[in-house]
Amino acid sequence: MKFKDTYFGGIFGAISSLLTGMGVTLREFFTRKVTEQYPENRKELHISERHRALLVMPHDENGNNKCIACGLCRQACPNGTISITTRTVTDEETGKSKKVLDTYMYDLGACMFCQLCVNSCPKGAIEFTNEFENAVFDRKKLIMKLNR
Amino acid sequence: MFDFTSMTTAIDSYLNSVLPSSAATLIECAIIAVCVIVAYLVFAIIMIFMERKVCAAFQCRLGPMRVGPWGLLQVFADVFKMLIKEIISIKNSDKILYNLAPFLVLMSSIITFSCLPFDKGLQVLDFNIGAFFIMAASSFGILGILLAGWSSNNKFSMIGAVRSGGQMISYELSMGLSILTLVVLSGTMQISEIVETQTKGWFIFTGHVPAFIAFIIYIIAGNAETNRAPFDLPEAESELTAGFHTEYSGMNFGFFYVAEFMNMFIIAGIASTLFLGGWAPLYVPGLEGFNSVMECIPGFVWFLAKTFFVIWLLMWIRWTFPRLRIDQVLALEWKYLVPIGLINLLIMTICVVMGWTF
Ligand code: SF4
Ligand code: SF4
Repeated sequence: MKFKDTYFGGIFGAISSLLTGMGVTLREFFTRKVTEQYPENRKELHISERHRALLVMPHDENGNNKCIACGLCRQACPNGTISITTRTVTDEETGKSKKVLDTYMYDLGACMFCQLCVNSCPKGAIEFTNEFENAVFDRKKLIMKLNR
Repeated sequence: MFDFTSMTTAIDSYLNSVLPSSAATLIECAIIAVCVIVAYLVFAIIMIFMERKVCAAFQCRLGPMRVGPWGLLQVFADVFKMLIKEIISIKNSDKILYNLAPFLVLMSSIITFSCLPFDKGLQVLDFNIGAFFIMAASSFGILGILLAGWSSNNKFSMIGAVRSGGQMISYELSMGLSILTLVVLSGTMQISEIVETQTKGWFIFTGHVPAFIAFIIYIIAGNAETNRAPFDLPEAESELTAGFHTEYSGMNFGFFYVAEFMNMFIIAGIASTLFLGGWAPLYVPGLEGFNSVMECIPGFVWFLAKTFFVIWLLMWIRWTFPRLRIDQVLALEWKYLVPIGLINLLIMTICVVMGWTF
């Protein structure tokens, strides 16, 4: 029989483990608090980088995005949130026809922020941002065109 | 140290000089009752606010911040909410007992509260078996809890009440043992004399090891007496909704709530009286300059500082430890605390007889 299984071993084991727990909470008592006092501290509000609030399609300075209109994101979306319309253009030099993006519609009201669309995109054309103040008075405003 | 007896006797003799003695006594009783109840409520408000803030700090939050600066008016908002709630009457409940129960709980805690020595002479009830009286008065609150559970006609309340009966009656024992340990050390049961002895060194220092063990046992038993986590089995939200006060609403629930908080204040107050010297300032033998500086701080400041320190300790425990099962609660009491308490009492007696105390 080990000492820690005996009556007195149990007592000392319990005391030391309880003290360990109290040490942890005492440290927590003096650490900086994580509460955000939201409307007042909008300036210095801290939101985690990984927070998913709004889907966007980043554009470079010439107004080009990386989307190739493959439709993988639309297929990956469980909610049918994304709808894509495409048109076919013919390249003048080679004469090959190619599908390009016409409109990329995203319905914020139907999105559940699962990030499957972002993960499935082969080009990294879409991403989530921290813009969370998205409340509007009309549902129609939640349907957004992401490409320019 | 300023002695408040001079003030109280002055008021007493003035009243007796202008009024017949029976009327004077009546008026004094009324004044005292008002003072006790006002102090009781003020401390309850402070305690509830403190609980919210301390709990928040332990969970790395800020706690209430919106109502008033730093959420200072939060408690008043809570009380107002409780006051405007309907007091429902339960079908098939025992009406008289159902309405009586919260008052029993409240009464027991007010009577115990009035035994606390806030300063020299600033104490309502003080007589030669004070320590016993405190134990007796604090333990009849359990009656209110049992009645509340029984009369609500609800199985959750009933289970909660029976659990709380088993738990509180058990822990009463080790609480009594640790108080007795200190009575052995001080040689008196009168609260004012117990404190008076400690002006020459607090018992937790003069009684060294046995006093410290008694203090630990007292804190554990006190936590169990107030029905707070890790011993919150009578209320056990996850399994019994709210235990014995499930069926109470509005201010009837408020009484239970206030009494629970004030029981914690009382437990802390008794702990600071018995172990940490009550209103007695810190006394280090040999350091006369230091002692006279300490004497300048008024007694009630000492008492409140120590009490709130112990309350903070209780809250620290409450927000750290997970809850025990009912069999673990009883095993902790009967297999560990009672034997240790008895042996500790014996050690203290030997120490006192052999003169091994400071
Ligand atoms: S996050 Fe999920 S629900 Fe929202 S658009 Fe992407 S795949 Fe659809
Ligand atoms: S956003 Fe990505 S996945 Fe969706 S259509 Fe464009 S390239 Fe394909």
